[in-house]
Amino acid sequence: MIYKETGQYKSSYKSDHAIFPLLQDKIAFSTLMFIAFLIIPFVINSYWEKAILVPFLIFSLAAIGLNILTGYCGQVSLGTGGFMAVGAFSTYKIMTYFPDMNIMIIILISGLITAAVGIIFGLPSLRIKGFYLAVATLASQFFLVWLFNKVPWFYNYSDTGQITVSERTMFGVPVTGAEAPSYATYLFCLVLVVVLSFAAKNLIRSKMGRSWMAIRDMDIAAEIIGVPPLKTKLSAFAISSFYIGVAGALYFAVFLGAIEVTESFDIMTISFPVLFMIIIGGLGSMLGSFLGAAFVVTLPIGLKFLMVDMVGLSAVTAKHFEITIWGLLMIIFLIVEPHGLARLWSIAKEKLRRWPFPY
Amino acid sequence: MRIKQLLIGMTASVIAVSSYVEMAIADLKFPMLVYRTGAYAPNGIPNADGFVDYYKMINARDGGIGGEKILHPECETGYKTQVGVECYEKNKKDAMVFQPMSTGITYQLIPKATADGVTVYSTGYGRTSAANGKVFKWIFNAPVTYWDGASIAVRHILKNNLGNIKGKKIALVYHNSAYGKEPIRTLQTLSKKHGFKLMLLPVDHPGQEQKATWLKIRKGRPDNVLMWGWGVMNQVAIKSAASIKFPMDKFIGIWWSGSENDVLPAGQGAHGYKSLTFNAPGSNYQVHADIKKYVHDKGEASGDGSHFGTVLYNRGLFQAMVQVEAATVAQKIHGTSKITPAMYRDGMENVNLSAKRLEELGFKDFAPPFKNSCENHGGSGLAAVQQWDAKTKKWNMITEYMYGDSEVVQKLIAEDSKKYAAEQKIAERCG
Repeated sequence: MIYKETGQYKSSYKSDHAIFPLLQDKIAFSTLMFIAFLIIPFVINSYWEKAILVPFLIFSLAAIGLNILTGYCGQVSLGTGGFMAVGAFSTYKIMTYFPDMNIMIIILISGLITAAVGIIFGLPSLRIKGFYLAVATLASQFFLVWLFNKVPWFYNYSDTGQITVSERTMFGVPVTGAEAPSYATYLFCLVLVVVLSFAAKNLIRSKMGRSWMAIRDMDIAAEIIGVPPLKTKLSAFAISSFYIGVAGALYFAVFLGAIEVTESFDIMTISFPVLFMIIIGGLGSMLGSFLGAAFVVTLPIGLKFLMVDMVGLSAVTAKHFEITIWGLLMIIFLIVEPHGLARLWSIAKEKLRRWPFPY
Repeated sequence: MRIKQLLIGMTASVIAVSSYVEMAIADLKFPMLVYRTGAYAPNGIPNADGFVDYYKMINARDGGIGGEKILHPECETGYKTQVGVECYEKNKKDAMVFQPMSTGITYQLIPKATADGVTVYSTGYGRTSAANGKVFKWIFNAPVTYWDGASIAVRHILKNNLGNIKGKKIALVYHNSAYGKEPIRTLQTLSKKHGFKLMLLPVDHPGQEQKATWLKIRKGRPDNVLMWGWGVMNQVAIKSAASIKFPMDKFIGIWWSGSENDVLPAGQGAHGYKSLTFNAPGSNYQVHADIKKYVHDKGEASGDGSHFGTVLYNRGLFQAMVQVEAATVAQKIHGTSKITPAMYRDGMENVNLSAKRLEELGFKDFAPPFKNSCENHGGSGLAAVQQWDAKTKKWNMITEYMYGDSEVVQKLIAEDSKKYAAEQKIAERCG
């Protein structure tokens, strides 16, 4: 009864095509936005900011990016870490060359640069598919990280290869650097994530998104009905890399502030976790990207909190448990619900629709 | 029903989390960022055990510092920067000092801790130029920096070559990260000064794969090899060096590449391997007797207690001792036992560990004396060379504590910290 759509008539194409066609969804979404924009900024503290919310927002963006490529266009990629590094280092280089440029513009330009790099590394996808493509993108991961570590120009010849962000402001409030208040970094990421998510959602519903899905479902058939594989695959790589690049830029500039490429953009710290996010969240689902990111970011922290602070286990025992539980959950998840958290949500919606009647 | 329960559960945990974070703590808090898991655990565990045992001993023997108990919550980082940030944010409230035990996390915390007003003490690691207290108000890296270390190693090589190493070749095998890259600038400057050739051989994280590195050493035939390694990398490097029959007494590691865990896997092959150190090995010191009496004999040893007296355990004792001493000094300066993080910083800046004071603390002849000051957060800059005896399975000190090339090092520190101050718009302190 909660998800009752009876009585909600659509009288125009516009209302029929709305992102949230149901009134209930609209209300839920508006409430969420209200809380995110008008309540959280007033109650946020630096722990919630640095440990949970900002990483969640940034990884959501990365997950959306990878979901566009893998979930919607069917091109498996393991190069997320490398592309995020491109975003981060572009931001750093632009910041140092143009000290007066607005940080928002810098981050968007970094996204565009990453998109260009993504197109280059997407070229092999025209010839190779599936696991072979995964291996090719893995090469991009290692190559890009190696490049940023090897060529001193990228880190402005600093002794240690570390890049450090300097302070940048939006409307007079610092959003990068150590002095940035929690609400500012949070809102900065939130605005970018909300705007870019809407853009992504609409792209997916457009002609471009439909051609991505056609390629994903059967590329030969898609080609026969007139979907150009070159343009489609490369556009998926470009747009996916744009999102991942923006995520990388935020990861460096807003979240960590100082980065070392080999450690921060390692395949085990970025590429695999982001892939897990979209698998756990749900391939080919916007909601799934968010749910997956939330799951992967908060699970270790939640488990640690539960085991160390509540039960009182030692930090190292808790860590061993965490690693084990994490692995177990992955396996259980893939067996019980291979379509991810997004699918669970749609099952829940179905149930709520009929509630309280079982049928 | 289920969903409702889930929601209630989630709300409850959210409230619990936020209330936990807000909770204030009365005692002196020394949060520990440790890694007892992952590729760096073989080195992380003994070090963390040293810390915990020392804190426990102080709590049991003296009833804390000036009557205030030490709280030492552990947070497992796995040597990962992002987790380190989470641990820092979680524990920073009322924290006296952070000891990140990772150069990456130290770099991460330098701006954050400076903004939050929390002391960071990176004992002989981290950002070398933090030794300049005029720029780095909250960061300390006494008693010795990597740049001192690099020049001490070169000094040792010079001495073994009768003061002339012109045309010799020195290779640096380093962890390909901020940590491993630290000494490069110094070694380059020194290579110009002394006329030796420098060979740079990076090893990628985690350091298990070093076949190519040691092949290059076989081909390039360097006269000496220096190593900036940590964790599994150390063991693999020493084993590889032994297997290509590289003369072990020409192979010198930094103080983080010279513990029992690093040499034991290579067996007899590791005999003669050298490393720098800024504290003595062994367990014949007063502090060890106290720990045995107040902690181990009560069955309260941290971990399994098997690392007692090893190099990194002893280093943990030393690090913890300096941190505790800083609190004592702060209590004296401010005349109160309930010190705040800001008071603690004053204490750290005025730490004066003379030979007499070290003896009082149970550390007689354990480490060279040093003192901090407003300008100098880098301590004495003294380190010695120790050598591994594979037959008796013991580290032996083979030199006196010696200074590095302070002429070169001080200049580099001044340059680097000036650059940082300009970038971050920091005004110099100390008049």
